[in-house]
Amino acid sequence: MIEFIALLVQTSVAVALAPGVVGFIRWLKARLQGRRGAAPWQPYFELRKLFGKEVVVSRTASWIFHAAPFIVFGTSVVVASLVPMAVVTVVADRSGDLFVAVYLLLFGTFFLALAGLDTGSPFGGMGASREMTVVALTEPTVALAIVALALGAGSTNLGDIVIRGVLEPARVPGPSYLLAFAALFIVTLAETGRLPVDNPSTHLELTMIHEAMVLEYSGPYLALVEWGHAVKLLVFFSLLANLFVPWGIALSLTPLALLGGLAAFVVKLAVLSVAVAVIETRVAKLRLFRVPELLSASFILALLAVMTSFLVR
Amino acid sequence: MTPSTLAFGIMIAGYAAGGVLGLAAPTGRAARSITAAGGIAGSLGGLALALTVLVTGAPFDLALPGWLAAAGGILVRLDALGAFFLAVVALVGLPASLYGWAYTASHDGRGGLGFFGLMFNLFLLSMSIVASAGNVFTFVAAWEAMSVASYFLVMTDADHEETRRAGLWYIAMTHFGLVMLLPMFFAMAPGPDQTSFADLRTGAAALSAGGRNAVFLLALAAFGSKAGVVPLHVWLPRAHPAAPSHVSALMSGVMIKLGIYGLLRVALDLLGGGPVWWGGLLLALGSLSALLGVLYALMEHDLKRLLAYHSVENVGIIFIGLGAGFTLLSYGLRALAVFGFVAALYHTLNHACFKGLLFLGAGNVVHQTHTRNMEQMGGLIKRMPQTALLFLVGAAAIAALPPLNGFASEWMIFQALLAGASIPRPEVAVGVPVAVGMLALASGLAAACFVKAFGISFLALPRSEDAARAQEAPWPMRASMWMLAGACVALGLGASVVVPALPQILRGIDDLGADIGGAPPPGLLVHGAAGIGQMSPLLIAGALAAAMLIAVFVVRLVRRESPRAADTWGCGRIQQTARMEYTASAFAEPLRRVFAALYRPTADITVTAHPESRFFVRSVTYQSEVEPWFEKALYDPVLRAVRSTSRSIRRLQAGSVHLYLLYVTMALLVALLSVWWVR
Amino acid sequence: MALFGKIWRTGLATEILRTVDPAAVEIGREIDRQVKTLLGRALAIREVDAGSCNGCEIEISGLASPVYDMERFGLHFVASPRHADLLLVTGPVTRNMEIPLRKTYEATPDPKLVVAVGDCAKNCGVFAGSYAVVGPVEAVVPVDVFVAGCPPEPADILAGILRALDRFGGPRPGTAATRQVPAQVVR
Repeated sequence: MIEFIALLVQTSVAVALAPGVVGFIRWLKARLQGRRGAAPWQPYFELRKLFGKEVVVSRTASWIFHAAPFIVFGTSVVVASLVPMAVVTVVADRSGDLFVAVYLLLFGTFFLALAGLDTGSPFGGMGASREMTVVALTEPTVALAIVALALGAGSTNLGDIVIRGVLEPARVPGPSYLLAFAALFIVTLAETGRLPVDNPSTHLELTMIHEAMVLEYSGPYLALVEWGHAVKLLVFFSLLANLFVPWGIALSLTPLALLGGLAAFVVKLAVLSVAVAVIETRVAKLRLFRVPELLSASFILALLAVMTSFLVR
Repeated sequence: MTPSTLAFGIMIAGYAAGGVLGLAAPTGRAARSITAAGGIAGSLGGLALALTVLVTGAPFDLALPGWLAAAGGILVRLDALGAFFLAVVALVGLPASLYGWAYTASHDGRGGLGFFGLMFNLFLLSMSIVASAGNVFTFVAAWEAMSVASYFLVMTDADHEETRRAGLWYIAMTHFGLVMLLPMFFAMAPGPDQTSFADLRTGAAALSAGGRNAVFLLALAAFGSKAGVVPLHVWLPRAHPAAPSHVSALMSGVMIKLGIYGLLRVALDLLGGGPVWWGGLLLALGSLSALLGVLYALMEHDLKRLLAYHSVENVGIIFIGLGAGFTLLSYGLRALAVFGFVAALYHTLNHACFKGLLFLGAGNVVHQTHTRNMEQMGGLIKRMPQTALLFLVGAAAIAALPPLNGFASEWMIFQALLAGASIPRPEVAVGVPVAVGMLALASGLAAACFVKAFGISFLALPRSEDAARAQEAPWPMRASMWMLAGACVALGLGASVVVPALPQILRGIDDLGADIGGAPPPGLLVHGAAGIGQMSPLLIAGALAAAMLIAVFVVRLVRRESPRAADTWGCGRIQQTARMEYTASAFAEPLRRVFAALYRPTADITVTAHPESRFFVRSVTYQSEVEPWFEKALYDPVLRAVRSTSRSIRRLQAGSVHLYLLYVTMALLVALLSVWWVR
Repeated sequence: MALFGKIWRTGLATEILRTVDPAAVEIGREIDRQVKTLLGRALAIREVDAGSCNGCEIEISGLASPVYDMERFGLHFVASPRHADLLLVTGPVTRNMEIPLRKTYEATPDPKLVVAVGDCAKNCGVFAGSYAVVGPVEAVVPVDVFVAGCPPEPADILAGILRALDRFGGPRPGTAATRQVPAQVVR
């Protein structure tokens, strides 16, 4: 019971923290671009404003358009509950493992792509087509990268993988972990719509991948979609942080361990945010038809990670 | 009279009555109703029989040795494995029969409905007998009846050239399978009169290693071509779209599964497993089929051919599960092997449900829009809301989205593959991650493909007059879809109840039976092999529903007014038409570029200009084709060789009666000489 | 790496916001207090070119530059009017752009603001009376703030937008960088 409450609290904190991570990355990028930029908590103001706006719906759209924001938000939140962040809970572990997490994210994207097609706008169709291409090539990489770690841990449950990492630190700098980290990092950039795959702040529809699908959304619907997207970023950061650098995570529910886990989690998020901001400043966006080359490279890296994991046991 | 005998009787009687009485029906309407009633009655009987055998664990035997005793007589022996597949037949046969009642209404005045009903019920009956056969004659006779009946069903619309060619491919491939089947069975028979499966089991045990390998390869060729695994799948994308939709549902959902049944029966039951390369070959073929099936499905914009290619993909996935099982079995890891087979069987059941659902939905759409081409559809979600919703459930299931059944069985196949980590030889075990990668890639691409299939067919504005006028389908066509959709949801959410009960199916198989305990009590979790992982579809569904409800509640709280309707944003353009929407080809174009090396697409652009100046363009036609080049590489040489051989043999038929008389005399002489020689 | 060296040496280039011509900003309509509170902290802007010569557009593009940095006030550009709260309209409204401008206005969810930038948007500027022009922006959509000039300075445009939200020209507790930005460019 206590575990269930801890899980709820952790998920709520994660959902509350997610826009802050997005805002922090934006603030860092602004500073690197030589300007002051908005405060790191600016996305919260934006969400509050969006909840106060009207909802405008296209006459061509059907119930799928109305349902998609809730599905995107819901799946992101459920995946956030499955991923160990500040503490590892048994309840989450037993309910879903890495495959459940990967396919739930696919669920959200599936409906968002359908919503893009629903309005009959060519922008939506283009966004849906590009997003599904990217997702079709990244989902297997995510699954494979985590499988490489799961083989070592003997379990596909994310909590078990994290615990194994904490208990056997010598294994972590090994080849399979490094290859899997590289693959998963590239996939994070792709799935969360960051440079070099997709520019999150572009206004040119022809350069959009994720943004193009949500051009028709307004008001609370847009808020839910953006929030879900932020939670997805947090989930990927948590996976990168806790699967590969698991020390600091709370393994029990004592207040001291929880505080330590939270602090470690925030530190890891900050480091990853800085890394993403620096990379986004350094690289230029890839041409759309070069993106699959990058994604295939990450797929091969993940495949190599799994094979080395099999051979070096 | 035991309940199983009664159920068996109802099954036979239902199908027979539906088939034969339909011929004598006075009107098309009566024929349709009798066909449907017979199909439903037979399916109910079959389902009852299968459930009785599965629940009690006692096999059902029926012997009629007097009938055609020279061939071995009729022997029915339904054990748990056969009962499972009989249940699959009945589970899809029932909705398909109900569906067919309303669907074939367009044939009412034209006649031929009696014959159609005969073939339909014969098809269902023969599939049921294949699953329950106990000796070679029963099996082969039912197998051939199934092939012939389905051929006639495919040829229902024989006015189209495409249908006729599809029928030709189909009948050729299915008889290729038969030619592989007969020597396979006779190689295992210990003696000329011992052709029951029990005899074959003892005969197979006495075979040499080379003999067993040969039998396995023959079984793979015969049953693989029926199942539709690459490279023997070429008939599938031709025959399934050509047939009426409920027949396609049966063919895709049930008939190809009987190929899986045959393979399991021969390789696992009769042969009892084999060397490692059997499992490896199945894994390789499965991965290849999964990937190639989905890649070609992506490029299709014929809705039914897209679904047919997805059947190839899913058969590949089932083969991956089988391959994992056989590989683990060859290393003696029996408990893990059972898990692999169970995963494959579960996916068989799930695929039957959601593929049947999808084909019936496609049938509704095709029935209303009079076209199979997705580029002519659109906007159907508003005109056919129930069909759209049910098709979406099927699409979500096949894309393996939790918590539906497609995800549950794919999860199990992943777990079975990961159990391969226990294989002691690392150079063999390394094939497992490759299979995992290909399976993950195939399922990601399948999701993309179904966004296209559902999105272009049902959403946005209608792209043709017929699509704009479409109406919701009649109630039988919807009710059958509701049944299958309910099964998909139930099998998905109830995975924690169904999966622990599945290993009981393999109880009858000698080697494995010992490792299967009793059915554990149902809980919330589905467990992976050797405790590698667990998940709970119910908890996931609950969490998802809770999160979504909270979001809905918050939004309701914040916004009281209903949304304002406006035009789709199109950069301020005056009007929105269907021409401005995305097309299916456009949707798949990025993926076509990514996999261009495989597809080798051709692009044809024709520009018609004004006669007086080539700068005033009248029209531009763009045509792009993706041809399965490996089909050309594999089948064309074979066909060319056959044609040239038959051309050279034709020289013997010179046309002169004297020459033919000479042939007859020479044949007689040779026969007499050989008899004298043998004596 | 040379890039990061250059970033370090350049530092922050943002300047305090100082209007060049305070008279350029003119309030067109009284804006509801609730709207100002809702949109005060985070405002999404959709720029609409209703036939302008692009002189105003060049100045508007300076708004997102490090020198003027509109993001520090919580403003950002968006591509779709459905995401927008404020329409930044330039140009005398030409005949061809009349319907698209109206459609853009209808596509924007309530509550929304309109700021007309430039002399052309205010009174058709040098194109007044032309056969290709329908009228000033006010003839097509209701305007909340006018920013005069041909073209107006980016600082004035920014001041106009912030005036619409009551965040410039007058003390207000807790407002952003108009008071807190230091007098010097930060190194």
